[in-house]
Amino acid sequence: MPLAWLGMVPFTLFAVLFLILPTMNIVVGAFQTPDGTPTFRNVLNLFQPSILSAYWISIRISVASALAGCLIGFAMAAAITLGGLPQWIRGPLLTFSGVASNFAGVPLAFAFLATLGRLGLVTVILKDWFGINIYGLGFNLLSFWGLTLVYLFFQIPLMILIITPALDGLKKEWREAAEILGASGPQYWRMVALPILLPSLLGTFALLFANAFGAVATAYALTGSSLSIVPIVLFAQIRGDVLQDPHLGYALAFGMIVVTGIANGIYVWLRARTERWTR
Amino acid sequence: MKAPRVWSWIALTLGLLYFFLPLIGTIEFSLRKRRGEYSLDAYRWVFEDPKFRETFSYSVVMALFTIVVGVLIVVPTAYWVRLKFPRLRPLVEFVTLLPLVIPPIVIVFGYIRLYNTSSFLPLTGTASGTNLLLMMGYATLSLPYMYRAVDTGLRTIDVRTLTEAAQSLGANWPTIIGRVIMPNVLVAVMSGAFLTFAIVIGEFVMAALLNRPAFGPYLQLIGANRAYEPAALAVIAFSITWICMGLIQLATLLTRHSRPPRS
Repeated sequence: MPLAWLGMVPFTLFAVLFLILPTMNIVVGAFQTPDGTPTFRNVLNLFQPSILSAYWISIRISVASALAGCLIGFAMAAAITLGGLPQWIRGPLLTFSGVASNFAGVPLAFAFLATLGRLGLVTVILKDWFGINIYGLGFNLLSFWGLTLVYLFFQIPLMILIITPALDGLKKEWREAAEILGASGPQYWRMVALPILLPSLLGTFALLFANAFGAVATAYALTGSSLSIVPIVLFAQIRGDVLQDPHLGYALAFGMIVVTGIANGIYVWLRARTERWTR
Repeated sequence: MKAPRVWSWIALTLGLLYFFLPLIGTIEFSLRKRRGEYSLDAYRWVFEDPKFRETFSYSVVMALFTIVVGVLIVVPTAYWVRLKFPRLRPLVEFVTLLPLVIPPIVIVFGYIRLYNTSSFLPLTGTASGTNLLLMMGYATLSLPYMYRAVDTGLRTIDVRTLTEAAQSLGANWPTIIGRVIMPNVLVAVMSGAFLTFAIVIGEFVMAALLNRPAFGPYLQLIGANRAYEPAALAVIAFSITWICMGLIQLATLLTRHSRPPRS
């Protein structure tokens, strides 16, 4: 039935025109000089201090928010699955996680400015009630840790959503078997549960990392262009060629694809390994 | 199991504190515009701002068009892949997941370069062309969610038997997709649609870089220039997200009741 291929035409056309060609265009541009000859110079030019430091701070924020998101999300997911909390907490928390994991962007920045900004609710309460001036202690929302703290608002829920099914997959029999063989609680976690969960944990970490690495709107609305993370440098570059070299801009974008691509690749690979246990 | 329970409560309480303080903080801040007392002045300012109405309705219209285009592309494709090309499924699934891997800022960068005024398809040359491009960009962003929702919906029905039954009754392809397949995956399509709506309403990067008067760039502009209004806008944006997610929950609940469980 040769005509059956026609059914795939709209999707293929859409994907090629608005997803694949634009991306290829950037990737090819990263390996070309302005007059079109192939070159590695653009990619090599990424290794200059200002751009390297942008990648470095981006990677550090992504690692910090992914790590903290994994830990806190894991603690909360463990609390609702294994922690013996009342059953009715679970549903609302998962629904809320679904909402909050989509609540990135400009409004999230506003929410944190209204809470932990210089006049924010928590800042004011800490100062008036407890005499703690967090800004006097060196806290700044428009900084590395500030941005990490804000990113956690969508990182933790994503972790909860992904890791809860994995925790549900821990069979009661494994724990009982471990206890009968004389294992203590920590021993059970260290030698049975964690090795089983490890691929999911690492995979989710990679996913959270990519999630934070590509985020633009929150950071831009929060810090303007005062914090030079890669997506913000790229944003400024697209708007006004701040690097004064369009092809270096393509290389910058290409670098982003490489980083998020590797992180997602790790996630997919580890997830395939996890599925052995959750079946 | 006494000790774990204490730890569970601590983890849950700290987590909830982290999530609810910003929400409470935002609401409180949005009410502070009038000195010395709480008032809705910030909200009044926002609703009276003509730019708010313009950008918000622009984004709503864009979201609706994006949903229509997304459904028209995704439903027939997901159906067709299941019916005719099951071996292509991993490939199609991979393509639909690409927008989660390639950052949106890179995709829109590609658009600007590929569809500029001197290219083979100069979409960015006119306002309507750029609108079309932005809508396609939104459709790309929502593709992973839309496709997964529809594909999951198709899994619960017997596509082949339904198709053969419709064909032997003389239905043509548009009728099969529109009147047999579509009603069966309507709930899945709806949950994909609400998520698309929530994504499009708040989207910033694509609209800002394509220079379209959407709600996201408006939010950013107000954030840079006003004190209390951003908090009011954040409350509005958060309510929209909540309503969309609530409607998804509702849609899921409806399926659970209207369809007998399959083995």
